[in-house]
Amino acid sequence: MRNFEHITPPDLESAVDLLSERGTKSIAGGTDLLPEMKSRLRSPRRLVNLKALEELRYLKHNARKGFQIGALTTLAEIESNELIREKIPILAQAASVAASPQLRNMGTIGGNLCQSVRCWYYRAPEFKCWLKGGDTCYAIEGENKFHAILESSPCCAVHPSDLAPALMALGASVHITGTDEEGTVSLEEFFVRPKASNRQMTILGANELITEVQVPMLDGDSSGIYLKAMDRKVWAFALVSVAVQVSWDKERVKGARIVLGGVAPIPWRVPAAEEIVRDQAITEEIATSASEAALEGAQPLRDNGYKIALAKALVKRALMTLAERAKK
Amino acid sequence: MAKATKTKRASVTVRGPHKMPVHLFVNRQDYELHVEPRRTLLDALRKDLGLTGAKKVCDEGTCGACTVIVDGKPVYSCLTLAIECEEKSIETIEALAQDGKLHALQQAFIEEDAYQCGFCTPGQIMSLKALLDENPNPTLDDVKRAVSGNLCRCGAYPKIFRAGLRAAEILRSKKGA
Ligand SMILES: Cc1cc2nc3c(=O)[nH]c(=O)nc-3n(C[C@@H](O)[C@@H](O)[C@H](O)COP(=O)(O)OP(=O)(O)OC[C@H]3O[C@@H](n4cnc5c(N)ncnc54)[C@H](O)[C@@H]3O)c2cc1C
Ligand code: FES
Ligand code: FES
Repeated sequence: MRNFEHITPPDLESAVDLLSERGTKSIAGGTDLLPEMKSRLRSPRRLVNLKALEELRYLKHNARKGFQIGALTTLAEIESNELIREKIPILAQAASVAASPQLRNMGTIGGNLCQSVRCWYYRAPEFKCWLKGGDTCYAIEGENKFHAILESSPCCAVHPSDLAPALMALGASVHITGTDEEGTVSLEEFFVRPKASNRQMTILGANELITEVQVPMLDGDSSGIYLKAMDRKVWAFALVSVAVQVSWDKERVKGARIVLGGVAPIPWRVPAAEEIVRDQAITEEIATSASEAALEGAQPLRDNGYKIALAKALVKRALMTLAERAKK
Repeated sequence: MAKATKTKRASVTVRGPHKMPVHLFVNRQDYELHVEPRRTLLDALRKDLGLTGAKKVCDEGTCGACTVIVDGKPVYSCLTLAIECEEKSIETIEALAQDGKLHALQQAFIEEDAYQCGFCTPGQIMSLKALLDENPNPTLDDVKRAVSGNLCRCGAYPKIFRAGLRAAEILRSKKGA
């Protein structure tokens, strides 16, 4: 790791001011950034320590606004928070299956949403892949077992976050603060497919920070589930994950939000599948056709065809599980 | 997006890039180190303080051998900057045995034969220590979860789980006594 200046900002405003200077990076838990620095994928000259901003570490809830979660809140705090477990268990589930206990004690929700992709070509310093400013996404023709089956061009890396699909299913937004602007955007606006002029998976500018994640109040009777398929039981990134949040009118679906992880460069919401379950009591048949609709247009690369069957099975299982619970 | 209101800029603290004094509180003792900002807590412990109990294996958060306890929580010291640990309480495996007597966890690891090569053991024990400090009555699942961020390449897991449960028993009986 190259050496750097370590900066403790007194407040948020100075933090974003500092980030406006080239070669400056923010560090929260450091669980993603430090490995990148060790392998010299990034060599910032200055690190701005967000952990000094105690004012960004909070978890609030009220009946009007729902949840407001400060960006510095750790995954462990989210996983163990009683109110989150009771009111939006889908988020506690997603946090509890991310990474490992140690990493959850360190990693923050803000860093989780802004983490880099795990694609091995991206992570290997010797490949100057498209995402790092090169010409080629080596994974499209190369080793792509863990890569995208949807929207896989110009870069087929998938966004690795477990929290993002769950938060998107909850209709969450992020509050962003920059040097002269601030505002709130939905996660659907926050995550964007990378393009030549913006080679990253978010709209975040170099001198902008997420300060808060907001989860709106849910409609009366609502339930959700996060399912994650992994190579091993724990401490692995999702091969595929699915987050489903349903609002109910007794046993009928009033509305559903269905989001897939591990299939596209960004958390992938599937409106076609949501449409199929709307106003229905979920039967096996309906769950099956929703799962088919969710994967419509999926195009496997050489090594990741298994993801299609896996994703369909997870969507179906998630819907059936929620329907079973709704009957009780 | 709305325009943010500007107020007067408060002062920032800049340290490094060269070596500078860093104060750590390790195993209830104060230390002053001279290190660069890039020094990880793991290297500070091993190279500057000679505390080699925490092991350096992957150096990237994928093995758990470097686990230490910071302010009561197990973390990977290889992904923690030493400079960011000032004013925190750091516990390493070296602090477990007291006055020549082994900690209940160490005793239980021996009794249950919970290691083969022993390389992962300090990390496993620190994860379990953090668990037992918080929850004296863990279930088997609690123990499994507590060490789910610690790889054992020798595959001693069943014995590690048993050692965790036995250590809890030892600690409870000591308290009761
Ligand atoms: C071995 C391993 C396994 C993992 N497994 C999983 C997993 O299964 N699921 C999962 O979801 N994640 C996983 N992770 C990723 C883990 O790094 C994140 O979960 C963690 O939450 C990142 O948060 P952090 O605070 O440590 O981020 P940092 O490393 O501090 O920051 C990451 C990036 O985000 C930026 N950043 C940080 N905070 C903000 C902010 N508030 N606003 C704007 N930018 C910001 C930083 O500049 C940096 O570029 C794993 C990581 C490792 C090393
Ligand atoms: S050395 Fe830190 S996790 Fe492997
Ligand atoms: S005892 Fe050898 S790695 Fe665990």
